[in-house]
Amino acid sequence: MTHPLESILHHIHPHREALHSVRELLLANALMLGEIPAPTGEEAERINFLINRYTEDGLHNISIDEAGNGMAVLPGKTGKNNILVCAHADTAFQRSVDHAMSVTADSIIGPGIGDNSLGLAAIVTLPEILKRLDIRFDDNLILLGCTRSLGRGDLGGIRFFLENNTLPIRAGLSLEGIQLGRLSYSGVGMLRGEISVNVSPGYDWARFGASGSVAILTKVVQRIMEIPIPMQPPTQIIFGAINGGTSFGTRPSSANLRFEIRSEKAGMAGELKAKIMDITEEIENTSNAQIRFSLVAERQTGGLDYAHPLVKTMRQILSTLEVKPRIEPSVGELSQLIERGIPSVTLGLTCGNNKNEFNESIEIQPVFSGIAQLIALLQSIDGGLCDEQ
Amino acid sequence: MSNKIEKWLETNTFHHGEFWDILKLVEEKEKKGLTISLCIPTLNEEKTIGKEIVIFKSELMERYPLIDEFAVIDSGSEDKTLAVAAAFGADTYLAADILPEVGDKRGKGENLWKAIYQLSGDIIIYVDADIKNIHPRFVTGIVAPLIHNDTVKYCKAFYDRPMAYSSGIRASGGGRVTEILIRPLFSLFFPELTALIQPLSGEFAVRREVLERIPFPIGYGVETAHILDVYHEWGLEAFAQCDLDQRVHRNQTTNALGKMSFGILQTFINRLKSYGMVDKLPELATLYRQFQAEGNRYEQVTREIVEYERPPMITIPAYRKKNGIPDPT
Repeated sequence: MTHPLESILHHIHPHREALHSVRELLLANALMLGEIPAPTGEEAERINFLINRYTEDGLHNISIDEAGNGMAVLPGKTGKNNILVCAHADTAFQRSVDHAMSVTADSIIGPGIGDNSLGLAAIVTLPEILKRLDIRFDDNLILLGCTRSLGRGDLGGIRFFLENNTLPIRAGLSLEGIQLGRLSYSGVGMLRGEISVNVSPGYDWARFGASGSVAILTKVVQRIMEIPIPMQPPTQIIFGAINGGTSFGTRPSSANLRFEIRSEKAGMAGELKAKIMDITEEIENTSNAQIRFSLVAERQTGGLDYAHPLVKTMRQILSTLEVKPRIEPSVGELSQLIERGIPSVTLGLTCGNNKNEFNESIEIQPVFSGIAQLIALLQSIDGGLCDEQ
Repeated sequence: MSNKIEKWLETNTFHHGEFWDILKLVEEKEKKGLTISLCIPTLNEEKTIGKEIVIFKSELMERYPLIDEFAVIDSGSEDKTLAVAAAFGADTYLAADILPEVGDKRGKGENLWKAIYQLSGDIIIYVDADIKNIHPRFVTGIVAPLIHNDTVKYCKAFYDRPMAYSSGIRASGGGRVTEILIRPLFSLFFPELTALIQPLSGEFAVRREVLERIPFPIGYGVETAHILDVYHEWGLEAFAQCDLDQRVHRNQTTNALGKMSFGILQTFINRLKSYGMVDKLPELATLYRQFQAEGNRYEQVTREIVEYERPPMITIPAYRKKNGIPDPT
């Protein structure tokens, strides 16, 4: 008798070929979603697009919740269990950016196409894809477009959903447009902070050499860089953005730094936060400037084991597709799912470049592998192959 | 005249939002047994053609079978237009390969004309390939009036061109060539046609019975010729127009618009000749007709512009007296 997983793996290549018939449907959804600006907190128009598609496909429980998330259920044959498939709807681009996408024979180029218009498009096209492949699950699929995911949004959408959801969730899949092969099964410890320096009007400009808020903030950055960072488990401090001043010769009265700490070691982000707070306090006391530290977002370390059936199955699926797994921890929706004990992974759907740049791009051909892996994983979860014994 | 135009604006001018329900359009189309073809004429459009094909194929063929066939007819692009179009499964043709026995002329009108032979739909929709913000409304908006109303034979797109305006009322109109050439000419010779807000727009849907009976200038004058010929044969009632909101496309230089205007003017004067109007010019109108929009409601604004002429100064007695010029005998 063929093992159920072998049977699923056996169908991956035929499915990948069959998916060419939905190419235009999937890409058109990605293009139309991609051309709707959706900076964090302003995802309503994209969510409406999702809702309209859910309605056209005759899904159940179609709703927009108080956090603005767009949800629908594709009912399963028995509906005893629920599998959550989610993708974040917000992008890193402001409304004023030209969101026109362009299409070549083998790629799509445009801001946010990989992060995460394609992921969202996969969610809205999934019911039609399953219909064409004649696949029906026993479990219900909960399809969720999440709002307020990035930056200061701090995963507000998925948090709200998980806090208020009453349906038991067997497993969660978080979809990202890029990169194919991505396999995240743990949430990395993360801390996102902002340091603002303000120099009061009464500040004695003549007292110091380099003066003003930018010089003081630079000193803070220098001191943070002197903090010893462990190589293992991997830990890093990312200086994401620095702003201050207006011209060449005007002393700036305010400046701010946005940074992120990521660490796979439990408690490390908190330790580093304490050290950074000490540094800001010390420099504040010696400079007469006002330095404020604000915590923007925080995630705990945690996740599944490498040998968890969900992760193991996913590795086998990728191997069948001859895609090298890219194991990386996540700071996205996955971390919330893991925190609530829902076995979950994040998948990438295709190859792409220039993430979060204006010329962000995705390759079209690998998308078929990306969707085939998603279907195979859903079949495996539905068949009980990813449950922990 | 103004009443007729106002009435036509009321009954035959639409907004694409009225036709959001594509399923309803498909049902109506099937009930009437209509077939619909879409033609995209191209010349070096590799940057925009791919998106147009993906979106039209997905939304208007796969998801809702509104379009029965879909062809890209190319004038001989030197870039990857045809390769990109073919990559997404569009039927692609070189205009020169269609009806080879009649020869090959270069120009957009040639592609539009040969599409009538190549495609088989009862209605043919033409959509330019240079639209950056392509959306299914570029098709549904212009074909819906023909599906719903059997008397409409020719439906044109028009676009809101946002300008800075402080009140709810805003000026609305066509592009530069429309406003400085076509609208003045229509105001003078064919005032009813000024009801068309953008007579030169490249997006229009037409019944085959009309297309097969009108000649096609192959160059810049094709849209103008269509409008004049359809009007001459079937009157204003045969037209409809639909507001498709914004259209983002590349801008043409004034130099290019000059060439376009020259071609259009040739077509226009040829039409005056063929209608026998050159020797029997109508009394020239003095009302200039433009548009203003309030929300989705458009109304014509007429302005009396009388070009009064003064005689040569030498015919004025006081002038002759002042300068010692004797009266003519």
